[in-house]
Amino acid sequence: MDMNAKKKLGLKERYHLMTRDLAWEPTYQKEEEIYPQLAYEGIKIHDWEKWEDPFRLTVDAYWKYQAEKERKLYAIIDGFTQNNGHLTVTDARYVNALKLWLNAITPLEYEAHKGYCRLGREFKGVGAAVACQMQSIDELRHAQTQIHSMSNYNRFYNGLDNWHHAQDHFWYYSVPKSYFEDALTAGPFEFITAISFSFEYVLTNLLFVPFVSGAAYNGDMAAMTFGFSAQSDESRHMTLGLEVIKFMLEQDPGNVPIIQKWIDKWTWRGVRLLTIVGMMQDYMLPKRVMSWKEAWEIYFEGNGMALFNDLARYGIKVPDCIDQIRKEKGHISHQAWLVFNSANFLTNFHTWIPSEEELDWLDAKYPETFPKYYRPRFEYFKKLEDEGKPFFTKGLPRLCQVCQLPIFFTEPDDPTQLAYEEGTYLGQKFQFCSTHCHKIFDNEPEKYVQAWLPVYQIYQGTNFLPGTDPTVEGFDPVRAVADYYELNWGSENGPFEGSEDQKNFAQWRNQATKN
Amino acid sequence: MQIDLQTVALKPLRNTFKHIAKRFGDKVATRYQEATYDLQPTHNFHYRPTWDPSRELHDVTRTKIVLKDWYVLKDPRQFYYGTYTQARARQQDSIEKNFDFIEERGLELSLNPEIKEIALKTLMPLRHVAWGANMNNCGMAAYAYGTALNQACTFASFDHLGIAQYLTRVGLAIGDVDDLKTGKAAWETDASWQPLRQYVEKTLVTRDVMELFVAQNFALDGLLYPLIYKEAVDGVWAAKSGPTIGMMTVFMADWQAETAKWVDSVLKTTVAESAENKALITQWANDWAKQAKAALLPVAKIALGAEADAALADVALALQERAKKIGIELNF
Repeated sequence: MDMNAKKKLGLKERYHLMTRDLAWEPTYQKEEEIYPQLAYEGIKIHDWEKWEDPFRLTVDAYWKYQAEKERKLYAIIDGFTQNNGHLTVTDARYVNALKLWLNAITPLEYEAHKGYCRLGREFKGVGAAVACQMQSIDELRHAQTQIHSMSNYNRFYNGLDNWHHAQDHFWYYSVPKSYFEDALTAGPFEFITAISFSFEYVLTNLLFVPFVSGAAYNGDMAAMTFGFSAQSDESRHMTLGLEVIKFMLEQDPGNVPIIQKWIDKWTWRGVRLLTIVGMMQDYMLPKRVMSWKEAWEIYFEGNGMALFNDLARYGIKVPDCIDQIRKEKGHISHQAWLVFNSANFLTNFHTWIPSEEELDWLDAKYPETFPKYYRPRFEYFKKLEDEGKPFFTKGLPRLCQVCQLPIFFTEPDDPTQLAYEEGTYLGQKFQFCSTHCHKIFDNEPEKYVQAWLPVYQIYQGTNFLPGTDPTVEGFDPVRAVADYYELNWGSENGPFEGSEDQKNFAQWRNQATKN
Repeated sequence: MQIDLQTVALKPLRNTFKHIAKRFGDKVATRYQEATYDLQPTHNFHYRPTWDPSRELHDVTRTKIVLKDWYVLKDPRQFYYGTYTQARARQQDSIEKNFDFIEERGLELSLNPEIKEIALKTLMPLRHVAWGANMNNCGMAAYAYGTALNQACTFASFDHLGIAQYLTRVGLAIGDVDDLKTGKAAWETDASWQPLRQYVEKTLVTRDVMELFVAQNFALDGLLYPLIYKEAVDGVWAAKSGPTIGMMTVFMADWQAETAKWVDSVLKTTVAESAENKALITQWANDWAKQAKAALLPVAKIALGAEADAALADVALALQERAKKIGIELNF
């Protein structure tokens, strides 16, 4: 604090002295060599000084406030660990939501850290660079506090111990992995549009609320505390997203169509990614918070649309894909769970068919779609299960070249028809789940043809351990792939019913409550 | 006499994550270990970076240095986000008390006027040097391979911004906004500062991650910080004007000692792994330290006047000692 009798500095002026005044115009090296990434995307920034700081946090204040949060968070994690906090969850099925989180999301937090590090260096405007640096260190925080929050669960439950290997190798984790790598490999302006705007501003609640509220609702003190501790970080991230989009749009009218294309692409890629989250909140939380459909309606159709109204004055339109998302919102979570439930031999989390009560909840939340299209299927699969003939998918699915989800989505106007498109590029065929993914591919085919698609890699024989011989008698390709995945067969995979997790939780609960 | 508290003891299935157990064995891991090792994705990347299409997203070839395992560069301070912020917050708290102490007693008004002028002339342009250091460490963090190195560079980058901001506060405490302006003008046009600015701008286009590490964190900071904060602030200036300025810059003095431990550890480990690494680090250290020393001479003259040559020789000697411990020969 300096309350000088000299010239009194306003907050804005003081923060400028602390940040943007630190830079200077270099003269001994060319600007384009100091900042080589700024021109090639076609975005024009004429005046970085026009950047409005989305928040004003000096480094010393950051250290102080964040350390305070860390002290509290780790005290709670310690308490949680010491007294077997995992036993307070509603039931052990909940832990499978954490498996998704640690394997799918936590590595992305680290990748976000790396992406914002890059922008913290490559953006010329100090205001923007510092905001990115703060986000970068926040994202490192999120990755590490998530690991620490879930560390104790890993000691007692399966499917959490090999997340580093899993995200780089498993078939469904390529969905989040490719999503984030698409952003990271893009230029700085696309990256910040994709992540700060489309994800951290527009879609963030659709990830955060289900997981964190899900933790709170299901008695998971560790993950819940992480989430609440991250809230003030997230609000900084949101303000950065909002500022950066306005800044870019205001700098040059030529930026508008470029950014529109990115908003269209990343809204779609984001929602496809969120399919798995929607599935989690409709199926994997014993005590549910809200349905995917409700979350979409509140956070996108409500809040999100207000934002697009705000951006209309720059010429930004609501992405085209909104129409399809609206039509699909009653379907995608059910379709996804059906897929995973029939493929749980090759997942590192368990699945199950919802109970009667849970099916009733789904009926109530999805009156137009669930009773007609999905409940009958679950009841049929339950019947097969009860007869000792559970249904499993044989063979490998076609994947979408862009979002990398299996082709299981249906036509927006006809839920009885599988939706898929095909395209060609340089004489080769590529498959898509939708017109929107197809369009994304057509805009950047050279990028998407590179994708490491798990199913196709299996067919190409790259998903076997060295020395695997597929010609031997009794060769089991599924087991061979599972070995490549380092899947702990028999303990990590399969249905929840009869799993180690289920047995252990019951036994430990018993141990902790009976004499 | 001991109180023997009981909790319900459940038998865990495992002690830590698989990748941690592979490295350290099947036992409970530290928070630093679980937060750091193998956090960065390593396989099956989907797309080439459009900003560096000849390499992968995470790529060991962003430097000529070769390591079998980039996680050998573990941080001796064991900083992960939690321990880093808590350590810095403790420092921040005592520095805040220092600034309050000075301000409440109007100690900035009783500075030796000659020293005050020298201090402003020396420290204000260093705000910009610190910004360059922030940019460089941020770049190292972005392009380094493996979380061990990336994480520590992130913290260093943040520290440098903190230093730039503390220097700004010193300027506003003992001077005024005009002194900051004058400092910037000196940085941009004064003959004394051009060699250093040239050095800093050269580092801004140096893209080999480990060469940049040597140029910024070893060669430049290894000379600059002891020169300014030990020789000048806590040395000649304190002798003439007391500890007021030193109280406001104590972060920089403490930080240098702590950070040198990390820098030296990284370089020592790198050098020890191969003759090729040793040759590279030796060459870079010698090239850059020579340039840094030459660039700092006019700055030393501003800070220390007649004592400049002796002070610079002292800090150069100390850097040579550090180099010996790292395992390389440093000749100026």
